[in-house]
Amino acid sequence: MSVLTTNDVPVPPGLVIAPQLPDLLPAIKVRRGVIGFLRNHPTVAIGGALLLCLVLIGIFAPYLWTVDPTAIAPAKRTRAPSADFWFGTDLLGRDIYSRVLYGTRVSLTVGLSVALLASFAGLAIGLVSGFVRWADGVVMRFMDGLMSIPPILLAVALMALTRGSVGNVILAITVAEIPRVSRLVRSVVLSLREQPYVDAATASGTRTPMIILRHILPNTVGPMLVQATYICASAMIVESILSFIGAGTPPTIPSWGNIMAEGRALWQVKPFIVFFPAAFLSVTVLAVNLLGDGLRDALDPRMAKGI
Amino acid sequence: MLSYILRRLLSTVPVMAIVALFVFSLLYIAPGDPAVVIAGDQASPADVERIRQSLGLDQPFLVQFGKWLWHILHFDLGTSIFTNLPVASMIAQRIEPTLSLMAISLVLTLVVAVPLGVVAAWKAGSWVDRTIMAFAVLAFSLPVFVVGYVLAYVFALRLEWLPVQGYTPLSEGFWPWLSNLILPAVALGDVYIALIARITRASMLEVLQQDYIRTARAKGLGQRGILFVHALKNAAVPIVTVIGLGVALLIGGAVVTESVFAIPGLGRLTIDAILRRDYPVIQGIVLLFSFLYVLVNLMVDVAYTLVDPRIRY
Repeated sequence: MSVLTTNDVPVPPGLVIAPQLPDLLPAIKVRRGVIGFLRNHPTVAIGGALLLCLVLIGIFAPYLWTVDPTAIAPAKRTRAPSADFWFGTDLLGRDIYSRVLYGTRVSLTVGLSVALLASFAGLAIGLVSGFVRWADGVVMRFMDGLMSIPPILLAVALMALTRGSVGNVILAITVAEIPRVSRLVRSVVLSLREQPYVDAATASGTRTPMIILRHILPNTVGPMLVQATYICASAMIVESILSFIGAGTPPTIPSWGNIMAEGRALWQVKPFIVFFPAAFLSVTVLAVNLLGDGLRDALDPRMAKGI
Repeated sequence: MLSYILRRLLSTVPVMAIVALFVFSLLYIAPGDPAVVIAGDQASPADVERIRQSLGLDQPFLVQFGKWLWHILHFDLGTSIFTNLPVASMIAQRIEPTLSLMAISLVLTLVVAVPLGVVAAWKAGSWVDRTIMAFAVLAFSLPVFVVGYVLAYVFALRLEWLPVQGYTPLSEGFWPWLSNLILPAVALGDVYIALIARITRASMLEVLQQDYIRTARAKGLGQRGILFVHALKNAAVPIVTVIGLGVALLIGGAVVTESVFAIPGLGRLTIDAILRRDYPVIQGIVLLFSFLYVLVNLMVDVAYTLVDPRIRY
């Protein structure tokens, strides 16, 4: 019996070579580039696309067949949606379509600003308490204290101190979000500090600022990015809640929460006033959450199977 | 065990002290001088000064804080600027609807979310799992008032199955009380359900990969026995932790839900207090809810050291 291998090397008698196994596993398609990434992570694509649309709507609100969102027309109060008023008019005769589109600006501004500010503040605080031993105890007890006040109530309490304005809303929500981010950064920093490569860097005489810059910061980007999207989503919800209960943006600014607050008294007879801003808010928050879920799966494959 | 519980109890003291300090600072830096408000329009500067002294407002920050804390520890939350009633009694009047709402939401969440999460983990990767998780993302993204208005519109206005708005005290019967709270509780619980379902699924997936689950299966235990006896029990700690942390969502959401469904609870009181800039009332509510939140999480911590023999401190 003579068996030939692929190399046509004769096999000595008495030895048998196992037959080649069929290729059971399908070839893994390696997708590269932005398009490949988006195809591998459809939730990022869907969330991102939706969010991009909303950003464009916000930017180009004046050119999307809108009228002045604050123009009052008492003769045309609470009209149902029609060809003239796509989303109807509110109690003062203002065009809800225009108000909702301009409201996109407020929500996105608040969401993005809070995400940015809370991330940077949280990063700074988290780094300090992760690296400066004596500050850690004090800072974290303080953060525990802030964290034990429910975020919406904290924002409400801060807003009660100041005038309603978009800037103050952003600051109030940021303060309420900072403890969570700094806790996250601190835990990442503490686990990274135990890594052998950080030990190696320390042993070879790298100074702490350089270690932070080269070894710690790059590793916080992933978790921070995911956290920032969730903060963005929650900030937009908190903003609309604050405006809805009268502690948010001033009533003169068309924000979704304000439009809903104005429609509240009439919602049983004129549900469309509440409906349109509510729908926009839900879609926006959904888009940001999808983006966050997708980014989490993409950046941390271990988590992909989990939550 | 006892020493752990004691230590855990003591560790909440600094946290509550920081909350109290924060809440007191809120009143301290609030715009408007209480002495001027109390003295009225006709008062001379000397009168205002006398009232300020009698109220102790001329004393240093820490002295004032100490006195205020002393009062708080005796359940004296101060007096409302607007109604002149003690804040503690105003809160006591409004607390029943809010606690009822939160309790029903909590029960609903546990009954719905945990089984959903278990099923999703059991059928991981299937269409059942994907449907449940898709709903969880959706529910997580819908703001409380959006769900509230949709539910009220469909089930109360159109179908007329349940009352649209309002609240009936428990003392006037169980069903009138419950029927008014079903829709608000669903609206309030929805985000919470999504959160708990997701964490239950994640925690269960982890446990289902363990060796003892394979052993249980090998010795012929039924699927239900494995899931609910072996797996869920071991997956419980993260779930219970998130249930505790999620109470913050319930508290924040209650303020809005009460506004949508016209429930005369602490949420309404909060909104009225904001509109009137009634700082002592805002302060009292923030303090109460924070205390409640810390207490719930303390109980959660202690509960699973009692239940889970693996946790020893």
